[in-house]
Amino acid sequence: MEDVWLAVARLGTVWIVLVLVFIVLPSALGISLGISEAYMWILVKTLEWATIRIEKGVEKPRPQMLKTPSNGIIERHKTPMEKEIARLHKVDFEFSDIFYFCRKGVEAIVEDEVTQRFSSEELVSWNLLTRTNVNFHYVSLRLTVLWVIGVIVRYCFLLPLRFTLAAIGITSMIVGATLVGQLPNSSVKNYLSEVVHLTCSRILVRALSGTIHYHNKENKPQKGGICVANHTSPIDAIILTNDGCYAMVGQVHGGLMGVIQRATVKACPHVWFERSEIKDRHLVTKRLREHVADKSKLPILIFPEGTCINNTSVMMFKKGSFEIGGTIYPVAIKYDPQFGDAFWNSSKYNIVSYLLRIMTSWAIVCNVWYMPPMIREEGEDAVQFANRVRSAIARQGGLTELPWDGGLKRAKVKDTFREEQQKNYSKMLVRNGSIG
Amino acid sequence: SVSHSQITRLYSRFTSLDKGENGTLSREDFQRIPELAINPLGDRIINAFFPEGEDQVNFRGFMRTLAHFRPIEDNEKSKDQDGPEPLNSRSNKLHFAFRLYDLDKDDKISRDELLQVLRMMVGVNISDEQLGSIADRTIQEADQDGDSAISFAEFVKV
Repeated sequence: MEDVWLAVARLGTVWIVLVLVFIVLPSALGISLGISEAYMWILVKTLEWATIRIEKGVEKPRPQMLKTPSNGIIERHKTPMEKEIARLHKVDFEFSDIFYFCRKGVEAIVEDEVTQRFSSEELVSWNLLTRTNVNFHYVSLRLTVLWVIGVIVRYCFLLPLRFTLAAIGITSMIVGATLVGQLPNSSVKNYLSEVVHLTCSRILVRALSGTIHYHNKENKPQKGGICVANHTSPIDAIILTNDGCYAMVGQVHGGLMGVIQRATVKACPHVWFERSEIKDRHLVTKRLREHVADKSKLPILIFPEGTCINNTSVMMFKKGSFEIGGTIYPVAIKYDPQFGDAFWNSSKYNIVSYLLRIMTSWAIVCNVWYMPPMIREEGEDAVQFANRVRSAIARQGGLTELPWDGGLKRAKVKDTFREEQQKNYSKMLVRNGSIG
Repeated sequence: SVSHSQITRLYSRFTSLDKGENGTLSREDFQRIPELAINPLGDRIINAFFPEGEDQVNFRGFMRTLAHFRPIEDNEKSKDQDGPEPLNSRSNKLHFAFRLYDLDKDDKISRDELLQVLRMMVGVNISDEQLGSIADRTIQEADQDGDSAISFAEFVKV
């Protein structure tokens, strides 16, 4: 019995040493050994091969089949209400007026713009993960073998590796931040805290097999500014911190997250709010304003959507972040869904199963675009400014823009929108014919 | 008939709407779709999916109702004309619309039923008298047998 334990202990030590030397040390120093690049290259080649095999295996489609748009079930007419009903109109009201509403309603039932953003994006071709296997049938033996190999590699090799790295990363973050926090406030302290944050972020990014491409680094957020980005998952913060230091804004959590928060706030002036304080919008704005006014403080990182969206579109930005003043540095983050789905569907998965899914994907590949700073112009109110920033981010990241509120994930839509539709229709009735 | 891939996609749509994961949709599940919730006729359309007196619709019923709206394919027109009418023929689509008006299912649209639908579409923006005169005029123009109500045949002619 003793020999078994001894052997396990020795194996464990060897394992940890290997991990430390090949992964932790290089990431602490900021250099890359090229291991992840090699892994990604193999992965890309494998997935390409798999895609070709799947395409060969699918039957030739029958010539009469209707062409379905690639990302939707139906083609929708986008003509606005006015044109649609005016076309049908000869007198002021017709029975056929309801066809417009009828059709829009049924279109919405089959496929609507909003609810599909709260679930993961569908892939065009399979990436050998069961979780994305929606429509694909058994194609060939070789593909199945490849899938089995994939499962073994992911669960037996990658998962323990990533778990170890994550544990190392989080522990060093807590320990490092606490140690640095003991120092008196000085430039040395700030420098050391940056080092700690950067190093631990790099380790955590390796823990997810993350490959991040940063574009336009010259536009990186400066001190005293506000960094604004689209939100897809809790990992967004780590992705951004990998390349620079930010002051995070968020709610105080319990558990492990709370420990991390308490440790890091000693080293670096993050802004953590108690649950009760969040309700008070003026308090929140005041604290953020104070932070921004101090030009020596790190830029604040805010996700104005307020909730995780599935990275195909950008939803309404809450105007609170745009009322603070100061320079806004927009950042667009776009994940490549082929290698792993980063979206956190918080109504379906809790944080632990989410992290597990992330750690058993192939990799997290994303592009980060830093965009030139924007300031609120004369005569522009917070909402217009927010929309302007949102359009810029959506355009850069190749995402669509939706005027809907991310809060619709959980809440019902306000009645005012329906009343607006009713008002529009009434205007047409009144305009077209004489009434009474 | 609907193609295999369309059925699969509709099924994944059905399951994504089914938050309770019990294989059926309730009215709340439909109302969670924002674009449907703001549609003035949203509630009536939702009702069309539910068979008489029931509060849950299963996938078969879901598909049946949606099949009314599938565009007609060319290769169907040449099919046997004497067979049962395909679900999505023009007449069936009109029937669907007729049923949206005809709440009490007596196969006639009365003035009251027309008023109700009009009220749903305009909200509070038009007064009762104006709405009433619109309804009266519409019925007058379409009514052919003089019973102050619109039957399905008269509805089709409009």
